[in-house]
Amino acid sequence: MFRMVKRVHISKRKSMMIRLSSIFFALLLSSFFIGLMGHEPLKVYSSMLKGAFGSKYRMIETLKIAIPIIITSIGIMIAFKMKFWNIGGEGQILMGALFATYVALNFEYLPKAILLSAMFIAGFIGGGLWGLIPAFLKVKFDTNETIITLMLNYIAIKFITYLQYGPWKDPSAMGFPKIKAFSQGAVLPKVFGLHMGWIIAIIIVIIISILMKYSKWGYNIAIIGESKDTARYSGINIKRTVLFSLFVSGGICGIVGFIEASAVNQTLTPLLSSGYGFTAIITTWLSGLLPSIIIPVSILFAAMVKGGSFIQTAFQIPSSAANVLQSMILFFVIGSEFFIKYHLKYMGIKKGENL
Amino acid sequence: MITSFLVSVVISATPLLFATLGEILTEKSGHLNLGVEGMMLIGAVAGFATGILTNDPILAIVGAIIAGSASALIYAFLTITLRANQVVSGLALTMFGTGISSYLGTNLVGLKMPERIINFYKPFEIPILSKIPVIGQGFFHQDIFVYFGYISAVIIGIYLYQTRLGLNLTAIGENPAAADNAGINISKYKYIHILIGGALCGLGGAYLSVVQVPVWQDNIVSGRGWIAIALVIFAKWNPFKAIYAALIFGGLSIVGFRLQHLNISQNLLDALPYLFTIIVLVISSIGEGKKNGPPAGLSIPYFREER
Repeated sequence: MFRMVKRVHISKRKSMMIRLSSIFFALLLSSFFIGLMGHEPLKVYSSMLKGAFGSKYRMIETLKIAIPIIITSIGIMIAFKMKFWNIGGEGQILMGALFATYVALNFEYLPKAILLSAMFIAGFIGGGLWGLIPAFLKVKFDTNETIITLMLNYIAIKFITYLQYGPWKDPSAMGFPKIKAFSQGAVLPKVFGLHMGWIIAIIIVIIISILMKYSKWGYNIAIIGESKDTARYSGINIKRTVLFSLFVSGGICGIVGFIEASAVNQTLTPLLSSGYGFTAIITTWLSGLLPSIIIPVSILFAAMVKGGSFIQTAFQIPSSAANVLQSMILFFVIGSEFFIKYHLKYMGIKKGENL
Repeated sequence: MITSFLVSVVISATPLLFATLGEILTEKSGHLNLGVEGMMLIGAVAGFATGILTNDPILAIVGAIIAGSASALIYAFLTITLRANQVVSGLALTMFGTGISSYLGTNLVGLKMPERIINFYKPFEIPILSKIPVIGQGFFHQDIFVYFGYISAVIIGIYLYQTRLGLNLTAIGENPAAADNAGINISKYKYIHILIGGALCGLGGAYLSVVQVPVWQDNIVSGRGWIAIALVIFAKWNPFKAIYAALIFGGLSIVGFRLQHLNISQNLLDALPYLFTIIVLVISSIGEGKKNGPPAGLSIPYFREER
C-alpha cells in the first residue's frame, strides 16, 4: 500500500522542519500524559518556560547549565562523527575536574591568571587521558567502546569518592567528608554576571567548527565516520586519528570539569558532572552533529532541566519528569530521521496484495 | 563460610543472568540494544509497583515482563520499522528508563514489599541436590526465581542451537539477506526476539526490587544492565556460558563486602566490578575468533531494497 522511497536530496530547511515537528509531536504526546496526571499541559509548559527564562536571574541560572552541556556536546561530537560512541562524558568531566583540582589545591600561591590557565590545561589533559583509554583499547583490541567508556564513568565516580573520604579529605572540615574549597585565585571570574565559562564555550565552538570544516583532521574524521574502508584506501592513518581525536574529545569534556569545579562548586565532588555527559549525548545527536546547532539545542535542554525543577515546586511534579520529557523528544527525533531519509509513496490498494 | 558466600554469589548473579540472556536473544537477531539498563529499571519499578498494588507475587512478575517488553517495543519500532541508529536508540531507551523509573518511584521510596510476596519468593531446598557438600546450599537452596533463571538459560540454549526457529534466528543475525532469500520473515523474528529480550531484562530488574532488596530505592539497577551487555561478549553469545559468566560477576560484586576487614577503602572496592568488566572485555576481544565472535550482522540495519 505504501512504498518507501529513498530521498535523493533533501533541503536543509525541510530536514530542519521535520526535526522541529517531531519535537512538537513529542510535546503533544507528553501533554497527554501531563493531562492524565491531572494537570493542564499548557500551564505546565508555560511555567517551565517561566522557570527557565522568567527573570534575569533565572536566565543566568539556565545558561549556567547550558555552558557545560554545550562544551560536552562539542567534545562528544568529535567522537560521534567517527561513529566512536563515547558515552564517557561523565567520567571525562570528572577526571578533568580531578586534575584541575590537584593544581588548584597544590599551587595556590601562583598568580590568578597563571593558576587558572594551569588548571585549564590540567583539566584538558585529565579528560583527554580518560578518553584515550577506550580509544587505545579500540584500536589495539577492537573492544566495544560504549561499555568501556561507561565503565570508566563509574570508576571515575568511585575514585573521586575515595579521594573525598580518604586522602583528599579536608582535615579542617571537622570530620565531614569533603575536599578543601578552592582559594579565590582558583575561581573563574564573572563576566556580565555569569562566570566566564560562557566565553570559553563560545571559543571552543568556533575553533572546533572551523577545524571540523576546513582542517585535514576534520576531513579525516568525516571520512572515517562515513566508511573506514574508504579512509584506509585514501591513506588516512585511522589509528592515529582515532587516538588523537579521542584525546581531544575527552579533553574538551575535561575542560567542563575544570569549569564546574572552579566556577560552580569551587571544589571537587563526585556529583559535579550532574549528568551533563548523558544530556550531551542527546543534544549532540539532536543537533545532527553540527556545532552551530548545538548551542540552541543545549540551551533548550538546560531550560528543560531548570524548568523541570521549577514545576516540581509549582505543581508537585517530580523533577525526573523533565528527564522523561527529554527522552520522549529524543525518541521522536530519532524516529523522524526516517522521514528525512525516506518518503512514503501511497501506491493505492491493489487487490489481493499481501502486506 | 564458603557456603554462605556461594549463596550470595548466586543471588547477585541472577539479575545479571536474566539480562544477559535477554541481550543474547536480541543480539542474535542482529540488534545491539544498549537499553538494557533502562529496561531493567522499568521492569524493577513495574514489578515493585504492581506488587505493592496487588499484593500478588505472580502479578508483580507479570507486570515486570509486560513493562520490559513494552519498553523494548519502542526500541524495536525505532530500529526495525524506522531503521534508526541502534546505538542512539538504545541509549535513548536507557535514559527513558532511568527517568521513568525515578519518576514513578518518587512515591515508592522507602516502601517495602508485602509479606505475602516476600514469603512466596523465600528460598526452598531441592531435595537430595541441596545435600551436596559445599555447593548444595548455594545452588539448590534458593528462591524460585534463581531456578527459573537456570532453566531459562538451558531452554534458550536448546532453542538457539537445536530448533528450527533458533537456527533461523541465528541466520538472521549472521546474514539477513540469505535468511530473507530463504523465506524467513525477518521483521517478525526481530520484533519477537527483541520483545522477549526486553521481558527478560524486565525480569532481571524485578528480581532486584521484588526479591533481592524488597525496598524501593532510586536507580536500583546501578549499572548492572551495562555489565550484562559486557557479559554477552564474555559469554560469546552462548546462553550456557552466560550462566558461569553471570556467576563470576555475581561473585565479584560481593567480594567487596568480604574484603572490608582488609582495610581497603570500600569506595575503591566498589569500583572492582567495573574494572573487571573492562579487563574481561579486553581479554575476550583478544581471543575473539570468527566462530565465537558477534553475529556478523550485528547493528547493521538490513533493508531489502538496499542490497
